[in-house]
Amino acid sequence: MTKHIPTDKKDTRSGFGAALSELGKSNTEVVALCADLTGSLKMDAFAKDHPERFYQCGIAEANMISVAAGLATGGKIPFTGTFANFSTGRVYDQIRQSVAYSGKNVKICASHAGLTLGEDGATHQILEDIGMMRMLPGMTVINPCDYNQTKAATIAIAKHDGPVYLRFGRPSVPNFTPADQDFQIGKALMLSPGSDVTIFATGHLVWKALEACELLEKEGISAEIINIHTIKPLDEAAVLASLKKTGCAVTAEEHMKYGGLGSAIAEVLATNHPYPLEMVAVNDSFGESGTPDQLMTKYGLDTKDIVAAAKRSFSRKINPSS
Amino acid sequence: MKSTLELSKIATQVRRDIVRMTHAVQSGHPGGSLGCADLLVTLYFNVLKHDPKHFDMQGKNQSMFFLSNGHISPVWYSVLAHSGYFEVSELATFRKLNTRLQGHPTTHDHLPGVHIASGSLGQGLSAACGAALTKRMNGDKELVYCLCGDGELQEGQVWEAAMFGVAHRIDNLIAMIDCNGLQIDGPLDKVLPGGDLHKKWEAFGWEVLTMDGNNIDETLSVLEKAKNACGNNKPVVILMKTIMGKGVDFMENNHKWHGSAPSDEQLKTALAQLEETLGDY
Repeated sequence: MTKHIPTDKKDTRSGFGAALSELGKSNTEVVALCADLTGSLKMDAFAKDHPERFYQCGIAEANMISVAAGLATGGKIPFTGTFANFSTGRVYDQIRQSVAYSGKNVKICASHAGLTLGEDGATHQILEDIGMMRMLPGMTVINPCDYNQTKAATIAIAKHDGPVYLRFGRPSVPNFTPADQDFQIGKALMLSPGSDVTIFATGHLVWKALEACELLEKEGISAEIINIHTIKPLDEAAVLASLKKTGCAVTAEEHMKYGGLGSAIAEVLATNHPYPLEMVAVNDSFGESGTPDQLMTKYGLDTKDIVAAAKRSFSRKINPSS
Repeated sequence: MKSTLELSKIATQVRRDIVRMTHAVQSGHPGGSLGCADLLVTLYFNVLKHDPKHFDMQGKNQSMFFLSNGHISPVWYSVLAHSGYFEVSELATFRKLNTRLQGHPTTHDHLPGVHIASGSLGQGLSAACGAALTKRMNGDKELVYCLCGDGELQEGQVWEAAMFGVAHRIDNLIAMIDCNGLQIDGPLDKVLPGGDLHKKWEAFGWEVLTMDGNNIDETLSVLEKAKNACGNNKPVVILMKTIMGKGVDFMENNHKWHGSAPSDEQLKTALAQLEETLGDY
């Protein structure tokens, strides 16, 4: 297995903020909009350096999304920023009609996704956003795993012509991917090769998958770890190539099991080759208040849950009738 | 520049198109379309700075028009066609399979003249604000126009845009509200009263003008006034009184014609009231 050493712990939203600030300097067509969460989204540097290209929208997300669509119509590259809940569920119809159906080059940047938002509780912990965004024709859906990757993804989506949903989070997490990485939209990343089971992970669960890989190795199971930072378009070729080798799969995500990465991989497997698949995801439930760590444990999104799922998937492979 | 008489003749042909288009597919929205024929003809033939033969999605150095109440697509399609954006004969494809003239307007099928999809109400004014900001950032002096329905003002997003436009001093935007007082379920005052719209828009900080949207002379002069009111650190809105179904006597001021198509008999009656001025498609 390949050992990954974090350089530090950082929040993914700060990767977004740092990249947006860089984009402000390098690309004058980039504009930013925020719905009263400039500090939380780490958009302050852009707002300070480029006041003529920053639009405070207030607590009016629907208007923000449609204004962004109008800015894109004129040729600008708008980045909207608010929490993932208010970036998707609250404004689904605006995204659907003004952005996706209209084919506008809007970058919907969503922080505080999932349970790790923590104490604010279920009203703010959206677990359905990947599913909603994945259903929209033409929408690219990206969920990077650490600070460096979020920064690289933010830079990359500015160059991509089309609507993008970029999902990131609040807590500090191990920062282990290269600072100089070349982020390619739609390209799965093999983080550690293995032969017994493939763990497809996205977002904050990628680091936990690497931790699981170590634990599994101690028990004699060789896990292949693949970082699916782009959930749509999904790198189907990489998924199938890995499973041809390992023959069974686990998905891990900070999202509802419906509609997210697990569903996306299941769709590929069901229509290609029915490899055993186990999903580490929230099981038809809302979240609640608590610390991020407590919540990840309670809702079954910990390293040990990935280990258990890998063993289940592996045992289904070697003993299909069990 | 067309004379009032010429504009009026074009509007009459547009009205013929509207009833024929909706009759042909037994669906669509003739009422609001008929009411806005005079405004759209006046805008497209005498007011907008545009190049119909070379539609530019980004609208650089041209006027940009956003139709927020996308259900009145028949009037828009007819006016776009007669202005030269596409062949008038294409109106015959309205709402039919594989058409570019979808039930509600869309950019999806690359119909020249359309900048964004609309139909789900309340979004157009926000998009128009975004387009206006783009023009300001680009140093583009042309204006952005947006038409909304009065029923549409029941969507909260319109008032989000109303606040946003003032907060960002968007003064290259003219919003027009089609005040025909009717919506699908009946008169606005019975469905969900909108109160004093003049005071509301004023309270939000907009420059408010009013006009009779079925009087072409008045429409021309108030649009000129609205243009002159631009560049004054605040957006402009025109509350435009119109008659739903204008030009077809049995459709006028009757909310039932918001979204129903005329029968064969009704089509005959309607066409008898509307002179064929430019030739039917």
